Order: sequence, then structure tokens, then C-alpha cells
Amino acid sequence: MRDAFLKKITELAAIDKDVVLLTADLGFGVFENFESKFPGQYFNVGVAEQNMTGLAAGLALEGKKVITYSIGNFATLRCLEQIRNDGCYHDLNITIVASGGGFSYGSLGMSHHTTEDIAILRALPAMSVVAPGTAWEAGEATEALIKSNGVGYLRLDKTVADENSTHLFSLGGSIKYRAGKDVTLLTTGGILRDVVLAAELLQEQGIDVGLVSMHSVKPIDKSAIVTAANETGGIVTIEEHNLDGGLGSAVAEVCMDNGIVPKIFLRIGLNNRYSSVVGSQDYLKAYYKMDASAIVKRVLELL
Amino acid sequence: MTNFENIKQLALKIRKNAVSMTSTGGSSHIGSILSIADILAVLYGSVMSYKADEPKWQGRDRFILSKGHAGAGVYAALAESGFFSVDKLKTHYKDGSDLSGHVSHKGIPGVEFSTGSLGHGLPVATGMALAAKINEDEHMVYVLMSDGECDEGSNWEAALFAPHHKLDNLVIIIDRNKLQSIHSTEDTLGLEPFVDKWQAFGWNVIDVDGHDLAQLIKACDSKVEGKPLCIIANTIKGKGVSFMENQVLWHYRSPQGEEFEAAMKELDNA
Repeated sequence: MRDAFLKKITELAAIDKDVVLLTADLGFGVFENFESKFPGQYFNVGVAEQNMTGLAAGLALEGKKVITYSIGNFATLRCLEQIRNDGCYHDLNITIVASGGGFSYGSLGMSHHTTEDIAILRALPAMSVVAPGTAWEAGEATEALIKSNGVGYLRLDKTVADENSTHLFSLGGSIKYRAGKDVTLLTTGGILRDVVLAAELLQEQGIDVGLVSMHSVKPIDKSAIVTAANETGGIVTIEEHNLDGGLGSAVAEVCMDNGIVPKIFLRIGLNNRYSSVVGSQDYLKAYYKMDASAIVKRVLELL
Repeated sequence: MTNFENIKQLALKIRKNAVSMTSTGGSSHIGSILSIADILAVLYGSVMSYKADEPKWQGRDRFILSKGHAGAGVYAALAESGFFSVDKLKTHYKDGSDLSGHVSHKGIPGVEFSTGSLGHGLPVATGMALAAKINEDEHMVYVLMSDGECDEGSNWEAALFAPHHKLDNLVIIIDRNKLQSIHSTEDTLGLEPFVDKWQAFGWNVIDVDGHDLAQLIKACDSKVEGKPLCIIANTIKGKGVSFMENQVLWHYRSPQGEEFEAAMKELDNA
């Protein structure tokens, strides 16, 4: 997913000298090529995320299209007020890129678990929040966010689904990877890989499963949610993120706002926990019951 | 030739407008505004290039008020410099107005950036100065900060960045009135030795009397190639109204009734 992001910003920086990348001293072995190719378009600002976001605002005020880069919580929560006041209130073109969504850096400990970012950032007006599920979605999202005015958040995940799409990508859209009438799985981020596997296992058991990647959590594809709620047996949301305020909450808001009560509604995610358990991303997803087998079990219990 | 009388008159107009605005609106931070009136007058009356009828003119010098609570002073400076009507100042802090207590850019010609939470202005100004270097633009970027605001860590992140990148197009002016909202800066979180700190971070530092127009103008001109400039302007909080001077009370107190009358009378006689 990071490679797709890197490939896209390298393409864009080559044709647009206003594309500027700021990193808060992260990306060892990642940005060397970009740095040597585009002097004046790359700055390692040091371990200083508040300043990085303020700098981004200053650069964007002068017409730059700025990307800020760090690990999940550092690029977002550490400098949340700069994002809100300096970026969003001034309608600036800043794309905040966080590597390591969810439990990507599972073994590194809770400081590196990015599990409240979507909820917190989607609470900000004038903000786009995107968590791609595939490398292709990540590349498309990178381009869309850099080319759109306003502040955007791109959550990159170590886990990546291999699904291909013939659809067009759009901010605020979604990608339907599987049609099915019994239940629709709505997911966001790299956990799409586990959800695809869960959908295949459910299908083997005779359940006709729909699957949609809600890569954009804000703005969100309301029509995809309304369709899933009205035309299929129900909705299950899956996210590698805390349940409060995340994708499941956003989907529930759309349903209630449209007067729709899905026949089945279940949110799968992290249930208000900070993890002190050490483990790989896959280990922690299994531990917190959001891996493919846990998804299958919980869906079967509902149907 | 610098016309000191004009700058002095502008400073006086800023002070009188600010006292009226905070009185009519029932707002305050008047001590913080009076503290920087001379600095604002020097910037808008002499130092900065701008076109009031073309606020977004590309060649303009940029200005950010980082101590956003003194926003009424900037609104007054802009109105008196022709960016919008002085009459509009009467709406300050009132229901439905766009002149908020802390400075906001939305709908206000001449305001580059909105602040209010401390520690935001310097990083943003640093980004603007970096952009000017990248684009090979000639304009300067000025940011006016409070001394109490230097408690914020974000400022020191930018303080490291600007000299490292040789941003000699960046000027910060620190309103060193030595009072913050409850106590003195030194009793709250000591800043001294303040000049040494900025010098150690790699800045060209000039220590001046923040109410001496000639000293301020000279300091703004004192550039050292490859170094950002830090002007420590030693000021008096509440300057120009005797009973407000050096009184922490006037960080939050709104001038009303007899106090308002007395303040305006003193300024009228200045």
C-alpha cells in the first residue's frame, strides 16, 4: 500500500512542482529516491509533528499541495489542533498520510496502534477520511486527495487485499467487490483482506454475501449504505479500529438519518480497548475477534 | 524619511479603537492589545509592503498575529490602514459579526491567518517563509508573538527549523511584557535568559524597547544573511492607559463606565 502511495506521489511531483512532501523523520529507506529527484519538494522536518502540520499550512497558504507523513497517531492525534485550526479552518490543500493503520505495528505496542484515528478525524468539518483496502485503492486515493482542495487523511495499512476493481475511484465513493442478497459486509482499510476471506468462507456455507470497501469514511457513500440496508438481509461492518465513532457508527448514522433499520446490524471492531497484548497484526486481529474466522462465526450467529 | 508622527498617530488610533471595541463588545485582552499597538503601527505604518485595495497582492509582506487574543488591535490597524471601513470595527465581538475576539481571516481583508490557540503562528509563518524561499519570492514574513506563548512547545519546534533552513525572510517580534494571564512570566514558567535561548537556537536576536518607534524600525531592518530574525520587544502591558499599565487584571477585564471614560480621556490627551 505504501509502495502504491510512493509511486503515485513520485508521478505527481514530477509533473507538478507544487507537490511538497514533509516527513517527521519517518520513512527510512522509503523516500531517498523522491528526495534526490525533487529537491525543494521534500523536507524531513525532524521529530516535530506540530511544526510539520503548521509548516504544511504555511506552505499550502502559498499554493503548495502538501503531504505530511508519519506513523498513525503521530501524524494525526499529536497535531490534531493544527489539523483543525491551521488546515481545516483555512481550507488548505494538505494530505495527511499515516502509515500503519490499525494494528499494522502490533508488536510495537499501544503507542503505535492506530485505532481511534478515523473517529477523531471524521469529527472535523472540511475533512476527508480515506482508508484504502487495496494497493490500487491507495494509489487512487493518493491522487484524489492531492488533487482535491481541503484537508484529507490517508490511512495506509500493512495488510492489503489483492482484489481487483474495474470500478472508478472517487472520494466519497465505495467499491463493491461482491454482490449478495443475504447480508452485506461493509469494511474500510486493509482488513478488507480478512473480510474477503470471510466472505468466501460464508459463501461456501451457502450464505450469499455482499462485500463493499468503504474506502471513504468521510464523505461516505450514503447510497451504497442505503442500498445494502434496503436490498440485502442486513449490514455487518468490519473495521480495525475502535467501535466508537468509526465506520460502523458512520453507517448507523446514515441508516438512522434515512429512516432505515436494517434487518440485521452488527459492528465488528475493537471494543473500547487499548491493547497491551503483544502480537503481529494478524495475531491481534484474531485476539480481538476481527479476523476472518471470527467474522464468519459472528455472521453465522446472526443469520 | 520615516514619518514618525504618522506612525505615532496610527498607534494612538489603534489604542483608541481597541479600548472602544473591547468596551462596546464587552470583551477584553485590552492590556495585551495596548502592549503591541506601537509594534502594529510600525509594521503597518512603515515596515511592511502591502496594497490595502489588493489584499492578496503577491508581492505583499505577510503578517501573522500569533497572539490571536489581541485580534482587535489587528482589526483596528487594518481598518485604519484602509483595508476596510473603520465603522465596521463597531461590530467587534457582537452577535452575527465576523470580527471575533481572536483574530479570524474569514471575510476580513488583510488578515492572512486565523489564530487564537497559542503556539500556532510561528510554525505557519515558517512554512510561508519556506514557500517564499522555494519560489524565490522577495517578500518577508512577520509574526508577532506573546512572551507567555513561548511556553508552547510547538514554537520551539519551529525555532529549530527556521535557522536550520536559513530562513532569513522570517521575522518574529516577541511582545515581552513579562505578564501572562495570571502571574508574571517568570513566576509562571521562567523564560530568562530569553535572549540567550533564541541565540542558542541560531536566531539573529535584537533586544529593543517595544514602544520606541525608531528602535523597532531599525530592528526590523537589521537582517543577517542566512539567519531568521527575532526581535524581543520589551513592552508594558496596558501601555498608554496609566491604570492599566503592568496590571495583570487588564488581561481579562473589560473597560466599562468610568474606567472606559478615564481610558479614553487619557488617550485623547496623549
